[in-house]
Amino acid sequence: MTLASVVIVGAGQAGFQVATSLRQEGYEGRITLIGDEPGLPYQRPPLSKAYLLGKIQDTNLLFRPADFYTAQRIDLLHDQVTAIDRQNRRVVLASGDAINYDHLVLATGAHNRPLPVPGAELPQVFGIKTKADADALAPLAKAARNVVVIGAGFIGLEFAAVAAALGANVHVLELAERPMARAVSREMSELFRQAHEQWGVHFDFREGLSRIDGDNGKVCAVQTADGRALPADLVVFGIGVIPNAQLATEAGLAIENGIKVDANLLTSDPRISALGDVANFPCLQNDEKHTRLESVQNAVDQARAVAARLMGKPAPYGALPWFWTDQGDLKLQIAGLSNGYDSTVVLGSAADKQLSVLCFRNDRLVAVESCNRMGDHMAARKILSRAPRLTAAEASAEGFDLKAWEAANRD
Amino acid sequence: MPTLTFIEHNGTAHQVKGDIGQSVMQAATFASVPGIPADCGGACSCATCHTYVDDAWLSKVQAAESMENDMLEYAFERRDNSRLSCQLIISEEMDGMVLHLPASQF
Ligand SMILES: Cc1cc2nc3c(=O)[nH]c(=O)nc-3n(C[C@H](O)[C@H](O)[C@H](O)COP(=O)(O)OP(=O)(O)OC[C@H]3O[C@@H](n4cnc5c(N)ncnc54)[C@H](O)[C@@H]3O)c2cc1C
Ligand code: FES
Repeated sequence: MTLASVVIVGAGQAGFQVATSLRQEGYEGRITLIGDEPGLPYQRPPLSKAYLLGKIQDTNLLFRPADFYTAQRIDLLHDQVTAIDRQNRRVVLASGDAINYDHLVLATGAHNRPLPVPGAELPQVFGIKTKADADALAPLAKAARNVVVIGAGFIGLEFAAVAAALGANVHVLELAERPMARAVSREMSELFRQAHEQWGVHFDFREGLSRIDGDNGKVCAVQTADGRALPADLVVFGIGVIPNAQLATEAGLAIENGIKVDANLLTSDPRISALGDVANFPCLQNDEKHTRLESVQNAVDQARAVAARLMGKPAPYGALPWFWTDQGDLKLQIAGLSNGYDSTVVLGSAADKQLSVLCFRNDRLVAVESCNRMGDHMAARKILSRAPRLTAAEASAEGFDLKAWEAANRD
Repeated sequence: MPTLTFIEHNGTAHQVKGDIGQSVMQAATFASVPGIPADCGGACSCATCHTYVDDAWLSKVQAAESMENDMLEYAFERRDNSRLSCQLIISEEMDGMVLHLPASQF
């Protein structure tokens, strides 16, 4: 099957990578990459970290300079796709144009779940998703005295660390009982709680908010659910995302927590793929249950899989999930998926801020969380990518070293 | 603008201009030097931006920090002159520097 035209909706991490990988694989046909954000495709991770601190400039966010797209014959359109016309195999754009496809790739990502309280519309209330968000937030973050962060997930905590480093009083409200509760073990949560507290961040767990108060159109306080008023001149929230699946829904594709795809990342229409943050795929590392992951690794590896399939090399997607987050001087890396682990073995020491938590299910290693132990993270990625797996008994042995075990158990 | 030369494993050389303060990884990927996927975009989290700094130039680059060293341990065919190019920041002294690419990044 030769495809004359591949159209990619969404010029973020996944969409960019599909276009790039298609050319690397030797695709000669037309590639149209359509994104509704201004500027050239860029990476998001620094937006809540180094970029806000002014450590890197906006050109450092870009995946490639403008001439790359010309040289690679990738038609980058700044437009919004408003409809998918599956009968005629074309997408309709906000500008009124329509573009025909032989294969369509949906890489539309996700948007921030809005904060459902009065006052959320005030101009000093931010979610961080786009470069535009970060550009608007950066000067306020530098000037802020009292920052309230809603949600102690990755992005909320990355921002809390930035705001504390910039000298603000930082107060984090979190409904769960510990930071990053849905994503990491108790041991790792505890290390991060202590580190943030040392940086001056104040946590309120099991606590939400009822409203944000403004004074002359400016944020002045956050009212907690239990009735306290926290002074605030800036509010940043990170309470999860909602997949951008509206186009797919309206086009009648199967939807379930995002766009539902099969092991080849195909939607219910074989001429349409979906990947990245928007795609709910059968995940090998989660007992093939449909899973939606939000990470750079997931976007990049799925993009490579889609490009390879379009070039006639189909293979079920099964790459090992991995993730990182940077908070202050801590780098947390996660290899594998820890869903439903039943025991842990801890290596290193929380006091030294060098900790790895090995997560086991039915005595098989399923995930490793590492803080400032990159070697363990990389060893874990190797171990988790193959059989046999490490058992909890082996890992509990006195003086156990993950890197040494990996080296000794290579094929 | 310092000029860097990247030599692919098959011997193909690429001359690339880099900006002071930019990472060597970004200079290479911006110039479409093949073989540097740089999956994490420079966060020192993927080890797919591995290069060998030509021995003659080793003295011009700062030593690797422990975090980079740990990652490098798992890079494909690590050598004494292995570096993660996202952690090398271009300076004036690097003008003319030669870097070699490994056979694979995975
Ligand atoms: C602040 C922040 C920090 C992060 N930090 C990390 C990190 O440290 N480590 C990590 O692994 N991951 C991190 N992530 C997650 C990672 O960036 C995402 O998982 C990744 O960007 C997903 O790629 P994607 O292409 O699926 O979606 P996106 O990159 O979000 O791209 C989707 C694009 O599609 C566009 N779009 C949507 N609908 C349409 C339409 N109809 N027409 C045209 N365009 C459309 C959107 O505007 C957007 O530009 C972070 C994310 C954020 C926001
Ligand atoms: S780009 Fe990922 S470690 Fe250098």
